[in-house]
Amino acid sequence: VSLAYAVAAWLLLVGIAGMVTSRHLVHLILCLVVVQSSTYVLLLSVGYRTGAHAPIQVNISSSAPQVDPVVQALVLTDVVVEATVTALLLSFAVQAHKRFGTLDPHRLRALEG
Amino acid sequence: VRIESALPPLALAIPLIGAALLAGLSSLLHERRLIRFGAMAVAIGVAGLCIGMMVATAVGPTIHWFGGWSPRPPSSLCHQSACAVGIDFAVDPVGAAMASLAAVLVIAALLFSWRYFEAAGSMYYVLMLTFLAGMVGFALTGDLFDMFVFFEVMGVSAYALTGYRVEEKGPVQGALNFAVTNSVGAYLILMGIGVLYARTGALNLLQIGQALGAHPDGAVVAAWALVMSGFLVKASIVPFHFWLADAHAAAPTPACVLFSGVMVELGLYAVARIHWTVFAPVFGAQASAVHGVLLGFGVVTALLGAVMCFAQHHLKRLLAYSTVSHAGVFLCGIALLTPLGLGAVGVYILAHGLVKGALFIGAGILVHRFEHVDEEDLVRRGKQARMRVEAALFVIGALALAGLPPFLTYLGKGLLEDAALEQGLPWLIAVVVVASALTGGAWLRVTGRIFLGIDDAPPKDRASREAGREEETGREDRTPRTMLGPMTALLGVACAAGLLPQLLSQAQLAAAKVFNTQAYAAVVLRGAPAGSIHPLQRLAPTDPTLFHAGTGAAAAAGALLVATAAWRNRSGPRALVAMTGLVAAAMRPLRRGHSGDLRDYIAWLVLGVGVLGGVVAVVAR
Repeated sequence: VSLAYAVAAWLLLVGIAGMVTSRHLVHLILCLVVVQSSTYVLLLSVGYRTGAHAPIQVNISSSAPQVDPVVQALVLTDVVVEATVTALLLSFAVQAHKRFGTLDPHRLRALEG
Repeated sequence: VRIESALPPLALAIPLIGAALLAGLSSLLHERRLIRFGAMAVAIGVAGLCIGMMVATAVGPTIHWFGGWSPRPPSSLCHQSACAVGIDFAVDPVGAAMASLAAVLVIAALLFSWRYFEAAGSMYYVLMLTFLAGMVGFALTGDLFDMFVFFEVMGVSAYALTGYRVEEKGPVQGALNFAVTNSVGAYLILMGIGVLYARTGALNLLQIGQALGAHPDGAVVAAWALVMSGFLVKASIVPFHFWLADAHAAAPTPACVLFSGVMVELGLYAVARIHWTVFAPVFGAQASAVHGVLLGFGVVTALLGAVMCFAQHHLKRLLAYSTVSHAGVFLCGIALLTPLGLGAVGVYILAHGLVKGALFIGAGILVHRFEHVDEEDLVRRGKQARMRVEAALFVIGALALAGLPPFLTYLGKGLLEDAALEQGLPWLIAVVVVASALTGGAWLRVTGRIFLGIDDAPPKDRASREAGREEETGREDRTPRTMLGPMTALLGVACAAGLLPQLLSQAQLAAAKVFNTQAYAAVVLRGAPAGSIHPLQRLAPTDPTLFHAGTGAAAAAGALLVATAAWRNRSGPRALVAMTGLVAAAMRPLRRGHSGDLRDYIAWLVLGVGVLGGVVAVVAR
């Protein structure tokens, strides 16, 4: 499990590093998705129990160990959030390409000061 | 089931259902007026519910457990005295007041949009309602993960509103900067939630607080830094604040009323609420470390925001930096970690929301009349158009922002200064007065140049402005009542509330009850009677005094002083002209730092998280 935590931290850092150095808006948005993926890894590993079943209550005696269903519900919600935010951001990226003629975040210059 | 406990879910469900109905029926409703009336009716209904809850919760919190999943007795899965498996809305006067402020500002914004946004499609109204639903849910929920979800609900609505005029450059870039920065903040919060859940197996705010124990170790400090940074992004605290001015410059003016008036403040509400219910028990003796760090961030934000505010010529950016500065002042009040400080911030947030909403409507009136939002392009236009009522409202708004009695701002500020003195921090009064004077003075400077024609710019500049005039066409030669009405009403409410001094003791009492987390947890988790929460300490007297009125008037006088200095910066005494030149030179690197480049914003954000977590980790050891 501590390996999973390390992976989560690595995804967070590498995603943010990618965003800070990005030269392309689509790349930057996908790096944001990488940052979010770190939360999936973290949450799922929090609820993981070695040798446990999936938290489905049909045909399993209730005494058998199960992984934590709460974090799975959280991740599901998280996925919905990600789909919404990414779709919105990508649509803004399309518009940015139309208005500015570039997707380089350094060359978007409508707001300063 | 008591009737009160049905109110909180209704306040969330009504705007969501209203938004869905408007979206679904928009193709059938050819008459746009029906959509407007529908959205307005929903907002008024929500405002009524929230204000009702504010009154009903004066005795004790109203709790609603969704689906009847109230806390269960201890079991093999959970060894605590009560296990909250379900999700609750725990409404106290502070949360209900935030929700009421959101609903009232939505009403004002919709009224203003009536004529401002002739071309607004039905989706604009749908987004306003989902935004309202997100804010109400965020203010009322008692569950940490729910806070993240509502953070995103209001976030996505706000990103989409910012980019509403997607055919222009500014809104596209503003929405991108806003959305990406806030999303990173949201994921930091979620990381923090993961750490807390791993530690405690709980998501209910009070239950996490009960289960964290009394020794802050590395994981607790990391969770604190992650969650706090995420909400400080929303609260636009330096160095997390960069997105705010971009979003405000780009978003439609009615949306700005909500962003500045209540959304930013909801970020601070989350910081305060989560700190008290979740982290205050575990930090216990190390509270002073947290106090120092938050105070430092607050002071830097208050001063930097005020200076940047005064340096702006774009009216909406100017107001946005004024919000940054006020958010810093609010954070200072929260950082005092006392009931008096928290109560003061509550009153100040209400006052600021009303006044800032009115000022944004003022900026919107100028955009509507002259299709310009830059001070330089607007000089003398208001005077030429004989806009006397507008001029009066602008002057009143500037002085109210600075804290002139009897506007409610002076009471919020006065109470905050009392709280600073109580903690032995008299210098904080100076910070508050300087921030108020600079932000109020910036708006007064704008008002004087536009409406009173006070401007010593050489005529050459004016000629070049005239040359650019042909492309502008004032749409109307009178300001519609649907714009003057909400501006007057918001300022009127701020003034009337300032004449109700009992508001102060109520605010302090509500804040003091929040501090009694043990009794609060007993009510929420173990079903103790709602009226059983009492303040832990004797409350300080809160009657308005000459001192309150004095510092308020001093800030207003300071505003007039800096505005006068700005009006005469070209023709005034030589020392003044030289000084303005020096200040402008000193400001240049600061302004260049606000580059508009999204990647810089992320880098600053990461630095902020590091400082916040690092300092607390070192000091709390």
